[in-house]
Amino acid sequence: MTADRVSYTLESTLESVNWAERMAERFAAQSGLEDDDLQEFAMAVREATINAVLHGNAYDRHKTVQVTFARESGTLEVTVRDQGKGFDVASVPDPLAPENLLKQSGRGIFLIRTYMDDVRFRNLSPGTEMVLVKRVRGKAAGKEKEQS
Amino acid sequence: MKVSSRQVDGVVIVDLSGRITLGEGSVVLRDTVRELLNKGQKKILLNLAEVTYIDSSGIGELVSAYTSVRNQSGDLKLLNLTKKVHDLLQITKLYTVFDVPESEAAAVASLK
Repeated sequence: MTADRVSYTLESTLESVNWAERMAERFAAQSGLEDDDLQEFAMAVREATINAVLHGNAYDRHKTVQVTFARESGTLEVTVRDQGKGFDVASVPDPLAPENLLKQSGRGIFLIRTYMDDVRFRNLSPGTEMVLVKRVRGKAAGKEKEQS
Repeated sequence: MKVSSRQVDGVVIVDLSGRITLGEGSVVLRDTVRELLNKGQKKILLNLAEVTYIDSSGIGELVSAYTSVRNQSGDLKLLNLTKKVHDLLQITKLYTVFDVPESEAAAVASLK
């Protein structure tokens, strides 16, 4: 995977979540991310894919998830699309609020926002598109330039 | 994920290794804690020294384990967090919820 843009269509399975995470690690490494940056990028992609497979498509094997990795100058962008019912991101409770701290779920989008520089949502009717943006900084920026 | 457990002074120490993630480690952790509670073992120490990765599902399972044990008047503490897991608990504000003793001996003493 050395292209500046690559797209995968995945089944709505747990294996797809693990696979997307591994592709994210590979893409991040090829783009010059290291250590914490690389792990955080991969974790954000994992969480976005979990969101699509579990909450979006509800493990429906007739529905797919599309994951696209794109590298542009100074920026890595991952787009995750599902074919589910869609959701209102504004209605997702704040997992840091005291009344939500002991809830079992609801931290995925928070983690994605923590680890990425920008996160955008779009309703596809049906489905949801999530765009994750990571800016490449420091030493990694030089390596990313060499890749392009 | 691999799990083994041992008893020290009436406290069950669960040694976990690997990843606590959706559908894998999460299920193993859930079943382990449920089994301990079913046996009446309510003083539990989760040793996370060898846990290399936790995702949002894994965090949720730790919270669920904690609330399940507390709801049965027991106590569950965490031990030996890696930097990665420590940071994850910090940013999710769960470090304020879980008690994380300095050492196994201190943890056992506090649970006895």
